[in-house]
Amino acid sequence: MQITVTVNGTSHTREVEARLLLIHFLRDDLRLTGSHWGCDTSNCGACVVWLDETPVKSCTVLAAMADGRRVRTVEDLARGGVLDPVQRGFAECHGLQCGFCTAGMMMTARWLLDHHPEPTAAEVREALSGQLCRCTGYENIVRSVLWASEQEAVLARGGDPPEPPADRRDGGDTASPRPASPASGRDAS
Amino acid sequence: MQVPAYVEYEKASSIEHALALLARYGPESRILAGGHSLIPMMKLRLAQPETLIDINGLSELSYIRVDRAELCIGALTRHAQLLDDPLAGQHFVVLRDAEQVIADPVVRNWGTVGGSLCQADPSEDLSAAFAALKATMVIRHPGGTRTVPAREFFTGPYETVVAPGELLAEIRITIRPGGGSAYQKVGRRAGDWPVGAAGVALWLAGGDGAGRDGAGPAVIADAGVGLTAVGAEHFAAAEAEEFLRGAPATPETFARAGQIAAEHCRPVTDQRGPADYKQHLAGELTTRALHRALHRALGG
Repeated sequence: MQITVTVNGTSHTREVEARLLLIHFLRDDLRLTGSHWGCDTSNCGACVVWLDETPVKSCTVLAAMADGRRVRTVEDLARGGVLDPVQRGFAECHGLQCGFCTAGMMMTARWLLDHHPEPTAAEVREALSGQLCRCTGYENIVRSVLWASEQEAVLARGGDPPEPPADRRDGGDTASPRPASPASGRDAS
Repeated sequence: MQVPAYVEYEKASSIEHALALLARYGPESRILAGGHSLIPMMKLRLAQPETLIDINGLSELSYIRVDRAELCIGALTRHAQLLDDPLAGQHFVVLRDAEQVIADPVVRNWGTVGGSLCQADPSEDLSAAFAALKATMVIRHPGGTRTVPAREFFTGPYETVVAPGELLAEIRITIRPGGGSAYQKVGRRAGDWPVGAAGVALWLAGGDGAGRDGAGPAVIADAGVGLTAVGAEHFAAAEAEEFLRGAPATPETFARAGQIAAEHCRPVTDQRGPADYKQHLAGELTTRALHRALHRALGG
């Protein structure tokens, strides 16, 4: 069957089998390998992309179901060579180690900040609760998202972007009991 | 790598078109809504439909509205929509309670209410919630519409009364005064299927219970107790409901109702837990949910 999917603003028409999963369409047919194919059982969230305006687990969506719809992948986060604040947050706060879960984490985080620009740490955890990090870097992932939130709030007020978090400047002690500086004052528990 | 077996695919453009496609492709065709139950089943070859009929484009099946004192939920409503819907939360907070603990936020974005019900997993959360609310399922077929009480919708594990050629279109719940509801679930981890769960709805005599004598306890006019994952017939605890009807809304009543609910369910031991533990959960969660539902019915 023939499908036409607008991926990251570009329309793609391909002949596919109806059983083809969206994650494989993106990775194998379109060579967009930023979205990762993980557990294959809609548990891990490595494959999260946006279908129209919402994050979905693309291992549990058929490419055919995306026919006539828009898909947004991690490749669309950076614009004009400038990283999205969420991507910068992950870099600044050591939000990734092996990186396998990162694309999915960032796509959900971007959606969260678009809808709830100033989430609490608990709200970030809830939003990402369907996504697994086997390096168990959840603390830093939450900090990364809060860092992006803080930066966007500062930029929205016309101020200077925040400094990198103190614990990273101090040598990256991720076991620090204090949350990263931009996130201080929020519930990090 | 898990991929579904070869399958044909049709995209429905209206309910009538979906019904025509079901008629054309026969009993080996399946409706594809969110696919978050069906596609994993297809990957494991537990489901092998010959044709998928995709209804994701049918916005006419995606809505939550109040119509003549009934809350009406379109079958294609996504879990996230039901969770966030103010009307559903206002009238039947048990639905919001249950949705909060179904899978995870990303799965809830695309999985549908109707799809979950038609999957008919014996541990499905919404099955207990809708049983407690005594909901009505609206089924479309080529000749028109038929309605089935939620408790008669399920004919066994992974089986419903929806016949080949038919389509679940809507879930309806009658809005009655003096109501309160709640859902209590125990799972092994966040987002998992329940080890056991109870959804309850209470309706107090005299509407909000204000008509009762002095400071005595409110009287229960009607009650719905739904149970999932614990082998309760029709996802309900009918004997506990009968005990509750007309009884004072007291801790003693709620404790006894929990005992009755536990006595009448038949859980099985599996990877989620031993049968006796599940039976204990059925009782305890019923009692806890009744307390919370009363609190809400009284305006708390």
